[in-house]
Amino acid sequence: MTLLEVRDINVWFDLPEGNQLHAVQGVSFDLDPGERMGLVGESGCGKTTTILAVMGLLPANAQLAGEVRLDGENILEGGEDTVRPHRWKDISMIFQGAMNALNPVKTVGTQIVEPMELHGVAEGNAAKLAAGELLELVGIPARAAARYPHEFSGGMRQRAAIAMALACQPKILLADEPTTALDVMVQAQILELLVGLAQDLGLALILVTHDLPVVAQVCERASVMYAGKIIEIGPMDELFHNPRHPYTRLLFAATPDLYGDEEVLSIPGTPPRLDRDIVGCPFQPRCDSAFDRCSVELPELKSVGVGHEAACHLNDLVEATAGRGGEGGLG
Amino acid sequence: MSQAIQAVDSENLSLPPPRKKGNWFWDIIKGSTQAKVGLGVILFFTILGIFAPWIEPYSVHQQSGAVFCAPSAKHWLGCDDGGIDMVSLLIQGGRISLIVGFCATFVAMVIGGGVGIVSGYFGGGTDTFLMRITDYFLVIPDVPLMIVLATLFGAKLSIIILVIGVLLWTGTARIIRAEVKSLRERVYVRRATALGSSNSRIIFRHILPQVGPLLIANTVLTIAIAIFDETALSFLGLGDPTAITWGKIIEFGFLRTAVSAGAWWAIVPAGICVALVIMGCYWLGQAIEDALNPRLKVAHLSPRTFQMRPLVGRGSDAL
Amino acid sequence: MSQDLPAQAATAPPEGEGAGDAPDEPAKPSPLLEVRDLHTTYPIRRGMIGAIRRRPHQWVSAVDGVSFSLDRGEMVALVGESGCGKTSTAQTMLRMVDSKSGSILVNGQDITKLEHKEMRPLRKSIQMIYQDPYESLDPRFRVGQAIEEPMLIHHVEGNDEKRHEIVVGAMVRAGLTPPELYIDRYPHELSGGQRQRAAIAASLVLDPELLVADEPVSMLDVSVRAGILTLLDGLRRTGKMGIVMITHDLSTAAHFADRIAVMYLGRIVEQGPAKQVVRNPQHPYTKALLSVVPKRDPRDRSVPQILQGETPNPVNIPPGCRFHPRCPVAEARCQTIDPQLHVVTSDEPEHEAACILV
Repeated sequence: MTLLEVRDINVWFDLPEGNQLHAVQGVSFDLDPGERMGLVGESGCGKTTTILAVMGLLPANAQLAGEVRLDGENILEGGEDTVRPHRWKDISMIFQGAMNALNPVKTVGTQIVEPMELHGVAEGNAAKLAAGELLELVGIPARAAARYPHEFSGGMRQRAAIAMALACQPKILLADEPTTALDVMVQAQILELLVGLAQDLGLALILVTHDLPVVAQVCERASVMYAGKIIEIGPMDELFHNPRHPYTRLLFAATPDLYGDEEVLSIPGTPPRLDRDIVGCPFQPRCDSAFDRCSVELPELKSVGVGHEAACHLNDLVEATAGRGGEGGLG
Repeated sequence: MSQAIQAVDSENLSLPPPRKKGNWFWDIIKGSTQAKVGLGVILFFTILGIFAPWIEPYSVHQQSGAVFCAPSAKHWLGCDDGGIDMVSLLIQGGRISLIVGFCATFVAMVIGGGVGIVSGYFGGGTDTFLMRITDYFLVIPDVPLMIVLATLFGAKLSIIILVIGVLLWTGTARIIRAEVKSLRERVYVRRATALGSSNSRIIFRHILPQVGPLLIANTVLTIAIAIFDETALSFLGLGDPTAITWGKIIEFGFLRTAVSAGAWWAIVPAGICVALVIMGCYWLGQAIEDALNPRLKVAHLSPRTFQMRPLVGRGSDAL
Repeated sequence: MSQDLPAQAATAPPEGEGAGDAPDEPAKPSPLLEVRDLHTTYPIRRGMIGAIRRRPHQWVSAVDGVSFSLDRGEMVALVGESGCGKTSTAQTMLRMVDSKSGSILVNGQDITKLEHKEMRPLRKSIQMIYQDPYESLDPRFRVGQAIEEPMLIHHVEGNDEKRHEIVVGAMVRAGLTPPELYIDRYPHELSGGQRQRAAIAASLVLDPELLVADEPVSMLDVSVRAGILTLLDGLRRTGKMGIVMITHDLSTAAHFADRIAVMYLGRIVEQGPAKQVVRNPQHPYTKALLSVVPKRDPRDRSVPQILQGETPNPVNIPPGCRFHPRCPVAEARCQTIDPQLHVVTSDEPEHEAACILV
């Protein structure tokens, strides 16, 4: 049974000049219980805005359209009123830079107990005990609950942020760049922790990041976003070994491999501005395989394999040649 | 290498159009009604003061009406105890009041800005030393000191200006120091040091332009205080006896029994003028300060108030 | 033969070494940069209570005996996690902080001994690229002004036109073409990658010999990183520049640097040619670090060797080998012996590690 169904999320931001920024353009994906999915893209692609939309945490100058179905129920239907009961109890989030968002004047234990008491999950001593258990679960000794965030190192603060997110035993955890500011060794510890928690607690995880190798290591599936849209979605293995969108392929090629000798590529140009309408494929100006159709027609996400979809006109060409059988072959 | 160069060539597609050379000050004025009103008020009184000799309806040294005559078509705000037209008095008074206000503020800005920048930039012993001096001046109560100094050195306009200026610089110094301290740590300032830039060059090229707007905002607010201080001094009888200022007008009004004569026009309009100028300065100063503080700009945005919009052209269960 | 020796005494290798080489081979020119046993410490503030109680001053040994050298045209990467001292080393090299002991030789001249005034002219030849492209340029300076500024600081080329030529030249070298498009822009109108190129152009106008790049791409998008790194790579190959790159990203170091020096708690624990360090790591820390770098290929399921805990505070450097509390293969004697860098295998003579077990 699909746990989370996100359908056609669109987010517009009102700009001071009077026009609008179309930050998220029709994003849809599914999430099964216990599944780990990655949401990958560079800055400005709309990945953080997407998960904020799922949580209903967009600012006042945002407009939202679309559906988010949790266990079949559309939680966005009534706006804030229908989302709030589910926040933290069913879906919770680790924000970007969460380790710096801990309240410096409250002890870590208090900050974990807070959401518990707010949502009526536990109270008083029971809550304190539960907080202690949560801290142990994320690898911090329970007695550290009496300490303040500034006494923790960066890695420990991130663990504390994860413990806070798990306070009400949610089914889904949205992690926005959880390891970006951390050292590589601490990053490995945190990622191991996240995978372990997902497996032990049956937690579904959406990992938002720009770091492809991290997603490759942690997630089973990933969606690649560009200019507010998902341009490819599929199993990690397929994305690396059989990418069906030039951006995915180039993104992997731009990430240096530790042992490989291939030249590291950069993608020329910059992402398009989202405050204007874009004609054709948004990636076309920077694409190394664009052809005439790309500048006039917007590609739709189409299936290119089992659980693998991509939005690129090149896939239609491949299909066309495949459809003709071996006619065009060499012999 | 060629790929790197090519990369940047096509980036120009997404560059925003070149920003028109706009002055930050006028942008703020244009963007805020509060600023427009404040600037308008200040300009109004300033122009009035500059053109005083030409626009005052009557001379301020000659009696032109009856003693405490009421407002009429001939004298819009009546006359004072000497039969001198109130409107002319107010125009002349505004002139001197504003001059004192501006000059005293200039003194305060130069000292305060200088101390703030030196203290914030060099830190260490210099900072401690200068800040202790600032604390000393902060602690002294303004008005009693002004009274003492004016009594000691005589009540000349220049002394008044100096006294007010010397007491007002401390606020500016503290604010500028805090800003300079934080600017000192910015990467581009540290980079300038690494490049071998001299301290004076860094201060003038990097720190001062950044601190400038804050200094201006602070100056405008200080003008308000300076005018108030001058008015208070004059009202207490410590102002220059030969100069006509709004404070003097109010003082004379009280001294010459305008209250018992029921001649409100000898006191109230001057008070209103002072209040208006002070308000104008506050509005403008606040508007600049708000514009400079980026966080205040987004304070109105908060989560939990997003708007749901129906899917354009589709049903509610469309995919 | 003996008559030749005194003349060459200054730069000839000590007798006995290189005995097998041809005796009249010209001596190697002194390296561009040579850091010898550098120590940099920061005091920890005692505060008033501490001063009253007469607590002894505590010192953080940020750089605790670092030695390496850099030739012209070479790129050395200082790699490590936070707290390892790589940034402090760079700051000390630029004399932004003063070292406690040790020497930094630039073209043979020890710059630690110089007064700050004497240091000024040298700052033309040592330039730094900063991590944050959003902060390293003054937001009020147009790009052209920012690039011209170093020349004005050092009173180079008094002619406006000549300076403009140099600015344009630097922009082209840095890949900011066409220059006319960017020269009058403000930094906030440019993307992160463009800003970093502008910063690089600004560092090129004085024709530096040594470039220190502090995490030059870590705040940029993945798709623009390679462009900047390739640019730096090209600069050191075509020019006579040497580059010290500070990074936490081992993959970047492996691809672009000639040599890698892995740092831990203020010391270099392993150094050598990049490919050798990455493919044949000797020090347990390097091995662990390499194993936890996430791999792009989802099929690569090598087991990462995740160390427990985090890098200890440089205030409390463990006795003996500073890595022993976290080392997966530490022995009893590691608690007492402080290892020095030594060559590990004879077929990799430039590859050294500081571990008594290899």
